[in-house]
Amino acid sequence: MPELSVPELAAPELAVTLGQTIGPFFGYALPYPGDRELALRGSADAVRLHGYVYDGEGNGVEDALLEVRQADASGAVPAVPGSLRRGGAPFTGWGRAATDADGHYWFSTVEPGPARAGSAPFFAVAVFARGLLDRLFTRIYLPADPAVLDSDPLLASLEAGERRAMVAVREADGSLRFDVHLQGPGETPFLTFRSIPERGEE
Amino acid sequence: MSIRVLESGLVSQRVISEEIEKIQAGAAAGQTQPRLDFAPYRSAVLRHPAREPRPADPEEAELVAPVFGRSDVDPLESDLTIGGAGEPIGSRIVVRGRVLDGDGRPVRRQLVEIWQANAAGRYVHQRDQHPAPLDPNFTGAGRCLTDDAGWYTFTTIKPGPYPWHNHRNAWRPAHIHFSLFGTEFTQRMITQMYFPGDPLFALDPIYQSITDERARARLVAAYEHELSQHDFLLGYRWDIVLTGRHATLMEGGDA
Repeated sequence: MPELSVPELAAPELAVTLGQTIGPFFGYALPYPGDRELALRGSADAVRLHGYVYDGEGNGVEDALLEVRQADASGAVPAVPGSLRRGGAPFTGWGRAATDADGHYWFSTVEPGPARAGSAPFFAVAVFARGLLDRLFTRIYLPADPAVLDSDPLLASLEAGERRAMVAVREADGSLRFDVHLQGPGETPFLTFRSIPERGEE
Repeated sequence: MSIRVLESGLVSQRVISEEIEKIQAGAAAGQTQPRLDFAPYRSAVLRHPAREPRPADPEEAELVAPVFGRSDVDPLESDLTIGGAGEPIGSRIVVRGRVLDGDGRPVRRQLVEIWQANAAGRYVHQRDQHPAPLDPNFTGAGRCLTDDAGWYTFTTIKPGPYPWHNHRNAWRPAHIHFSLFGTEFTQRMITQMYFPGDPLFALDPIYQSITDERARARLVAAYEHELSQHDFLLGYRWDIVLTGRHATLMEGGDA
């Protein structure tokens, strides 16, 4: 590769590159061995986080991809490499899981601690799917004492039903269950952040 | 509007094109985010949220992107033409550009992943069963880390257009899927890069789901002769601008 000069970007203001759908054929490119095992299955602190992704008619979405970004148990968000080749790497706080033919996904991870005083602990989530024209962000909160959830700034801004829809359910075996509803009566509350322009759909 | 359903059960290109035209005529200019509710892309009908996203104040997990390093990505993964025993079929190309955040800062040492069809328009994926050949020397998946100035480079084969079942005689323009991270998880993005002058642009409901013409055009790479190499390959340039960083918003006193 010859050395190239670095041209100045002439635009007075940079226009954001828009997202597009992940499409149906990411399965041989984005998943990789260990992608969903942030913590090895069976290790002392490992918890299973799993659920289904549903469309507006309640069908499982068989070609969705979820990513989680999270704090460790102490509430610190790791910024260390090693997510793509996990052998022996420390906890990286990021993982990826494609859904199966039923729309089911799972992660093996640790439960995040609270990153801020007054905030309830959560997994940050990005959702991609065929048919979804841009990624969606949401959060999966850990089930906790109502007082903890009530004091969380985001949860406090939501109505009761929406709040419930953002909190994982603890199953009998200790697993965390969280379903994503892309559309419909139980639609998952999706999030936007200040840095993201409004969509402006009519 | 009467929907003319053909024998196959799929509507015609004309029906899809009319739907696209109608939505675009009513859309505001200067689009800054993709539209999710776009029925000409039939798979979107049941998969787009109907409610507005809730505004959230990002916390640490959202403010820190995952970090990837040399232990994660082998430099050879950026050359999609060397994975097999022989040369893949097709037109060899290099695709090179910069990943910037909304303030123009380079996104350094960050993961870029791509995947694409081969020269015949076929993906190495079980669900892609259209009658075009697989290439034993081409999988169509690559990765790299950006350099300290935000540059990425992939050597690959120009993908072919391929048919799909959104409507009758539907063909996707040739494209490469790009997966990108910024310095914050809020900047996470997946998109598609197209090639200049593709006659299928006007017909494609995924490309046209971006209703603003200039915003659409930003997904099209430029042929750049400086990047082409004598007797070897053709060069394309495509820069990517992610959304801004909250750290910058706070530096600007807008916290």
